[in-house]
Amino acid sequence: MTNAELISQDPGWVIALKGLIIFAVCVFLTIMSVWGERRIVARMQQRSGPNRVGKFGLLQALVDGVKLALKEDLIPKSADRIVFVIAPIISTTACFMAFAVIPMTGPVNFFGQQTAMQLTDLSVGVLYILAVASFGVYGIVLAGWSSGSTYPLLGGLRSSAQVISYEVAMGLSLVAVFIYAGSMSTSEIVAAQQQWWYAVVLFPSFVIYSISMVGETNRAPFDLAEAEGELVGGFHTEYSSLKFALFFLSEYVNIIAVSALATTLFLGGYRALPGLGFTEQWLGGWFTLVWFFIKVLAFFFVFVWLRGTLPRLRYDQFMKFGWKVLIPFSLAWILVVASLRLLSQENAPRAVIFAFVFTVALLYLVGTSLFERHKEKIAKQAKIVNASEPNFPVPAIPNSRAEQLNG
Amino acid sequence: MADEILPRNEDFGLAKSDQAKAPITDHESASFGKQLLGFWVTFRTMFKKVNTVQYPEVKEPTAERFHGRHQLNRHPDGLEKCIGCELCAWACPADAIYVEGADNKEGEQYSPGERYGKVYQINYLRCIFCGLCIEACPTRALTMTNEYELADSTRGKLIFEKDDLLGPLRAGMVPPPHPMYPNTDDGNYYRGEVTGSHPSQGVAIND
Repeated sequence: MTNAELISQDPGWVIALKGLIIFAVCVFLTIMSVWGERRIVARMQQRSGPNRVGKFGLLQALVDGVKLALKEDLIPKSADRIVFVIAPIISTTACFMAFAVIPMTGPVNFFGQQTAMQLTDLSVGVLYILAVASFGVYGIVLAGWSSGSTYPLLGGLRSSAQVISYEVAMGLSLVAVFIYAGSMSTSEIVAAQQQWWYAVVLFPSFVIYSISMVGETNRAPFDLAEAEGELVGGFHTEYSSLKFALFFLSEYVNIIAVSALATTLFLGGYRALPGLGFTEQWLGGWFTLVWFFIKVLAFFFVFVWLRGTLPRLRYDQFMKFGWKVLIPFSLAWILVVASLRLLSQENAPRAVIFAFVFTVALLYLVGTSLFERHKEKIAKQAKIVNASEPNFPVPAIPNSRAEQLNG
Repeated sequence: MADEILPRNEDFGLAKSDQAKAPITDHESASFGKQLLGFWVTFRTMFKKVNTVQYPEVKEPTAERFHGRHQLNRHPDGLEKCIGCELCAWACPADAIYVEGADNKEGEQYSPGERYGKVYQINYLRCIFCGLCIEACPTRALTMTNEYELADSTRGKLIFEKDDLLGPLRAGMVPPPHPMYPNTDDGNYYRGEVTGSHPSQGVAIND
C-alpha cells in the first residue's frame, strides 16, 4: 500500500495526534537548531558558544525564549496596530503549514494503526508548499509596512523582493523533479527516488534549489533584509517580546521546512542511504524517521556553514544573480530535461539521445566562449576610457596617482 | 599655487611600495575553486582547540607587568613607604588620587622621616591605570598589582582608602605606628640597609 492510501484511512484521532506531534517536533527542532547554530558557528570561529545554561548550554534557546516573553511588548505609536499584530502570526503560521505534506517516515505502526508520519498527502503537495511559503511573505511585507518606520519598510521590501525573486528560481528547479517523478505529490516523489536520488539525476536542479532556498529563507549570505549595518534589524526592527520571538521562530522553522523539502525532493526523503536499505525495516519502520532527520540536519549544517563562511552579498549583485543567472539557467535546464524525458518515453534510439546531449553541450560551449570573448572586449574598452575626467567636480589628483589610475 | 602644497612623490610612498598600488589596480577575482577553499577554512577551524577562557572558573594569569590595582608598600620592618608628598596625585592625569600628608610625631611614627600619608584615596572610577603615579613615586611606595577584578555596585565602594591599598604585613614586620630601627635615619631605609624589625620596635608578626 502506498503512503497516500495509508494516510487516507487515518481516523480522526490519529490525524489530530500527528498534527500535534509535527507541531511539537517543529518547535523542539527550532529551539535545538538555534542552540546548534550558535554552537557550530562559534566553533567555526574558534569560540565555544553558549555553554552556561544546562549541559553544553542546551537550554540556552529555551531561556532566551523565556527572556523574550518577559520583555515589554512595545507597539510604536505610528504603527498600524492591527496589522502589526497580525504580521508575525501570518509569518509563523505559514511556515508551520508546509510540514503538513512532508513525509517523515514510511509505513509505520502508530499506536496500533498502520499509517505514515505525514499529515496529509495532496496530489499537488509541492505546489501547496510553494503557495504556503509565498503566503509567509505577507507576514514580512505587512510587518515592514505596519511598523510605520523607515528601516522596517526598506527591510520588508527588500526581503519580499528577494523571496519572490528566488521563489521563481526555486519553482523552476522543482519542475525538473515533477517531470521525472511524474507527480507533484511529496510521497510519490520520494517513492520515485527508490533507485536514484534526484540530487544525482537532476544535479543542476539540486544546485539551483540549494542556492534559492538560502535566498528564500533570508539567510546568510543572502540575509540582506537583516543587514545590521544598513537596516538595523530589517522588517522586525520595531518588534519586541513575543512578537519578535514569533519572527525568530518562523525564520528557523522556515530553514527546517526548506531543508525538509530538499530532503524530500532530492535526497530520497525518509529512505535510507543507498546500500543501507535494510535499515528501513528497523523499529517497525520508525527508523526511517532517523534517516529523514539526519538528512534535514545535514542541510541545516550547510546553512550554518554558509553563514560561518561567506560575507553578505551586495543587494544589486544578489538580485542580478537571481534573475540573470539562476532563472535563465534553470529555464534552459528544464528544456533539456523535458526533451530528454520525452525522448526516453518515446523510446528514441540511443544515438538520437547522444546526439541531443552532444548538441546541447556544444551549444553551451559556444555560448560561454562567445560570452567570455564579449567580456574581454568590454574589459579592454573599459581600460581605454580615461579615468581622470569624470563628469563631476573632484579634487585634483597628484600626477603619480593619475598614472596608476590610467594603467 | 596648488602645486606648492602637494607633497613630493616620494612622500606618497605610492611609487615605491607595491602594496599601496594594490587598491588602485584591477583585481582578477580568484577562481571559483579557490573561493571554495573558504569553506575548508571554517570546517577545519571547528576541530581546532577553542580559544575561549571560561573566565570566572578559570583565570589566566595576566601579563607580568599588567597594570592592576595599586598597592602601598612597606619597609621590611613594617613602616609605610609613603611619605605623603602627593607627587602621585600631581602626576595623575585623571585626578584619581587624593593624598593628605601629616607629620610623624614622637611615639606615633608611621614612616621613616618627617612625613607620612595620613589620607590616601584612589578613585577607581577615574583611574585609567596609566601608571604615571608609579613613575612619580620617589620612595617606591606606590606600585601596581596584577589584580583586575575591580567591579562593584556603588560609587562609594570604588574609592579605595589607605586601608584597602596598604600591602599586607609579612613575617618579621611590626604593625605601625612604631619607632624607626634604632640608630638609623630615613637615608638608611631608602638605601635598603634596614632588612627587618628590631625587638625595640614592637612585637613582630610571625608566619
